[in-house]
Formats: sequence, C-alpha cells, structure tokens
Amino acid sequence: MATPLLSVENVTVSFDGFNALDDMSLHLMPKSVRVLIGPNGAGKSTLLDAIIGHVSPTKGRVVFKGEDITRLDEYKIVRKGICRKFQAPGILESLSVADNLALAARHHRQCWRSFGRGLSSEVGSQVERVLGLIGLEEKRHSLAAQLSHGQKQWLEIGMVVASDAELLLLDEPAAGMSHDESTQTAELIRSLSTQHSILVIDHDMAFVEQLDAPVSVMHMGKMLREGTLEEIRNDPQIAAVYLGRAKEIPHA
Amino acid sequence: MKKWIKIAFDVALFVALAMAPYFLSSYHLSLLGRFLAMAILSLGISITWGKAGILSLGQGVFWGLGAYVLAMHLKLAALAPGDMPDFMMWSGLDHLPAWWNVFHNPLVALTGVIIVPTVTAGVMAWLVFNRRVSGVYFALLTQALALVFSTLLISEQAYTGGFNGLTDFNTILGHDIIDPGFQRAIYWITLLALAIAFILCRWILSTGFGKVLVAVRDGESRVRFLGYSPAAYKTVAFALAGALAGVSGGLYILHAGVISPAMVGVVPSIEMVIAVAVGGRSSLTGVVIGTLLVNFGKDAISSAIPELWQFVVGALFILVVTALPKGLVSLPNVFLRLKSMVFKPSKARALNSV
Repeated sequence: MATPLLSVENVTVSFDGFNALDDMSLHLMPKSVRVLIGPNGAGKSTLLDAIIGHVSPTKGRVVFKGEDITRLDEYKIVRKGICRKFQAPGILESLSVADNLALAARHHRQCWRSFGRGLSSEVGSQVERVLGLIGLEEKRHSLAAQLSHGQKQWLEIGMVVASDAELLLLDEPAAGMSHDESTQTAELIRSLSTQHSILVIDHDMAFVEQLDAPVSVMHMGKMLREGTLEEIRNDPQIAAVYLGRAKEIPHA
Repeated sequence: MKKWIKIAFDVALFVALAMAPYFLSSYHLSLLGRFLAMAILSLGISITWGKAGILSLGQGVFWGLGAYVLAMHLKLAALAPGDMPDFMMWSGLDHLPAWWNVFHNPLVALTGVIIVPTVTAGVMAWLVFNRRVSGVYFALLTQALALVFSTLLISEQAYTGGFNGLTDFNTILGHDIIDPGFQRAIYWITLLALAIAFILCRWILSTGFGKVLVAVRDGESRVRFLGYSPAAYKTVAFALAGALAGVSGGLYILHAGVISPAMVGVVPSIEMVIAVAVGGRSSLTGVVIGTLLVNFGKDAISSAIPELWQFVVGALFILVVTALPKGLVSLPNVFLRLKSMVFKPSKARALNSV
C-alpha cells in the first residue's frame, strides 16, 4: 500500500479547555481529492489551521511526506509544499494580478534571495499558464483591489494553483460564486487532482456532488464518517447530526 | 510616458540642487545641506512606512547613533594627542574610555556611522517582529526607545557630553571643516550620498523584495501562508532604514557642527515622520521634497516667531492626513481630477453626438 502524502494522527486542539479538534485523524493519498463537510463549528477550518501550523495541537502530530511538521513555523510548512486558500479572500490588493500570482509561484522565498531578478521573469510562464486557467489574462496589469468579488475568488484560487504545492487546502472555494462559476471551479479542482492532492471544505452539496470525490464528515472535532457521497447521504446518523439544519442536509 | 516625466523631474531636481552652491549664501547652503542629509533618512521612512506599513516614531535614535559616532571621531580629531574631551575632565574621568578610543581611527568611525545604527535597528527589529508585534504597538515601542535614548545621553554626561552634546569640531580627514571651500565639498558629498541612496531605494523597491514588502503591508498573514517569512523581510527593511538614518545623522553634523540629545528625542523623531507624510510617504521624490519644504518652513517660522512652529507643524500634519493623505506629490493628480470635474470635456461631447 502506498504511503499517504498527509497524515493527521490523533490531533487534539484545545481552546481554553474546549476541544475544537478531538483525537482527529485523516489520511490523504497523493493525487487525490477529499471533501470535508460537517455542521458549523465541527472543526473543519481548525483542521486546516492545524495542518498549516496556524494553531498548535495539544496532542497528536501532522506528518507530510513522511516528515513531522507539527511544530514548524507556518511559512516553513508552506515551503514544504502545502498551500491554503482561506475562507475570506486574502489577495494582495496593492499589487497587480500578475504580481499576486508571481509571489505565489516563486520558488525562492527566502529574504536574501529576493534581490535578484524581477518577480515575473523568474516565474513568467507559470503566471501565464495560471492567468489563462482563471480567465484573468486581460486583467494582468490591474491592481487586485479593482477586481470584482468573483474575480478575487478566482485570483486566490489561482495563487494556490500557481504555488504548485503538492497539497492544496481549499476552504470554501465556491463561496459567493454563481452556479456556473462553481461548476467551473469544480472542473478546475478535478483537473488539478492529476497533479496535486486537494482537501476541500464546502457546505454547498451541489458543489460537493460535482467534485465527485470521497467525503469525510466531521462533527464536534471528530471524524464521524468517511465514504462516497451516496453512502453519506444514506447514513441515518449523519442525518441526525444535521437535524435542524435543513439547508445543509446532504440530501439533494 | 508618465514614468519618463517622473525621471526627468528627478534629474532636473538633482541638477538644480547641484548648482545651488553658486547661487546660495553660505548660511542657506549650510541649511540646504542639512536638509538634504535629513532627506536620506526620509527615504528610509518611505520604505518602512510608505511601502511596508511599519511606522517608527524613533528614527531619531538611529540618526543619533550615526551622528554621535562621527561626532566622537571629530571630537577626538580636534584634540591634541593625549588630551581628553573637556566635559570628561569636568566629570572627573581620568582616562579616555576604550569604546571612545576606537573611533579615533577615521576608517572605524566612518564604517561605524553605518554599521552601528544598522545593527541596532536590525537586532531590535528581529526581536520585535519575530514576536509579531506590529502596528500601533511597534510605533509606541519605537517612541519609547527614542525617549530612553535621549534620556540616557543626558544622564551619562561623563561619556556623552550630557545635555550640551558634542560640538567644536574643526577637522575631518585633515580638512578644515569651517573652510568655505570645504563646506561646498561637504554639500556635494551630501547631495551625492542622497542621489546614491535614492537610486539604491528605487532599485530595491523594483526587486522581488520590494514587492514582498508591499504585500506584507496588504496582508501579512497571507504572505506568510505563501511561504515567506514577513519578520525577515521587515527586519531587512528596518535595518536598511537604520543605515540610511545613520548616514543622514553623520552628514547632518558636518553641516550643523553640533549634536545634542534634544536633536534625537521624541519630538525630532515625530517631525521626521511628519516631513515624510507631507511630501507623500510612498513616493521617494515626494519624501525628499517634503523634507526640504518642512525643514525650510520650520527654519523660516521659528526664526521669526519661535513659539509658532509647534502649532504650524501640528496643523500641517492634520491638514495633510485629512485633505491630502498621499502628500504633496499627489497634488498634480488632484488638480487633474478637479479640472476634469469642472470642465467635463469628453462626457459632454459624447452626449451631444448621441
């Protein structure tokens, strides 16, 4: 059996005695997509925080490519090959669209190596490729601040893609997108899975269905169930977890 | 096209300043020289505050370190061999402290003018930024540092000359400082240093480093999650500003002939920031012009009515922050926008043709 790219092993994260993650485990194989769902407060975003070093687990460890990364600084974890898209768009507004992508695409991120050639010359072809992918070729010289909300979402997805990280963490990539846009996003994510491992958080069941990937359900900081979307939908326990949240019930 | 206009303006400004010794009295030339030296410090503030969003209210400290290091050398150079500075003897010291003596060597002193403030700024920034202290807390911390520095200088009279500071410089590298011909040379050296600093800053901002600095201002955590260490970039930027401040301080005292704690404390540090804000903090040309205008204004007003300056500088700061947040350099753009609002050329014609 192949070794997982990412292993979250029995991780507990406590905030003032409350366990946001409670003995949580998750394994992700290379070049696979996994969708993470669960009610609000289930700990999905905290799991991403723990993987990328934004919060420190009180127990357990995170292993990436066979290396324990639990205690590394965030930026060092990112350099190992993990990139995350946040829930709120986190683009760099006073830089141009192309510079946003170039910053994400650079291989040399140490300070002392930043004085060499200009940003775009080093990673120009990568930036061009991603600009095409996210449909913002005509906006390359515009400041990121001038983009519409949807375009900002695309730009941030583009930055994650441009980083060329082996593991992409996407926190609600289709939030605020129209039906057509989220269909495009799902297609993009599926096409990326030939190169990357991708962990996606989302609430929108129509979007999850389009991703056509194994689903993990979290509840109260624990892994409740893993399986295909069909299996999840027919599980009475999961229906109970979502009780009273009619909108999010994973029945079509 | 617009870029060429800007470069042409910078070159014209440089040429005009280079001709100044042929037109100005030696008094005004000395003032202009001081303010050009201050402009070197302003370039550093433009990089840290204007680009990276790091507001320091303690640049007087690094400026003062550069100034004091050179002043110690000048003080020693003015003495006969074996003598000690007068204030040391008054304070009862019986021999020259070793850390004074190293600056007897002009090479050590000139290197120290850059190295001492750079290392101080760098170490301080590294400690603070790694603990993720930023924004208002960083500004307060640097202001406290300025207060500590000036208080320390006053209280350690035996080593620093106390409240009166260091003065009576007469020779540097064997040249007579007060000789008018040498004063001109010092003026051109100052202008040259400013030009070199200006080009250095422009180049740095054009590299990936400059882009990351702007990115850090926009979203420090986003930059961190792209795999960059914001603390490292901010530390290098702050150390660079420290180096520029040190050079500025060293050149300043060659024109002014004196350095004292009153010139490095909280109020001068804040005035340095105001000059940058008036000119336009994110424009290198802007901060140079702002520094010259504010300092000449200060000189003119405070020699006429000394009490008035504090009120004027306060009012000026409020005016710029509220009415012209991008400083004087944004005036042409504001003017163009007003003009198009008043005359509305293209829009009216478009309506007629429909």
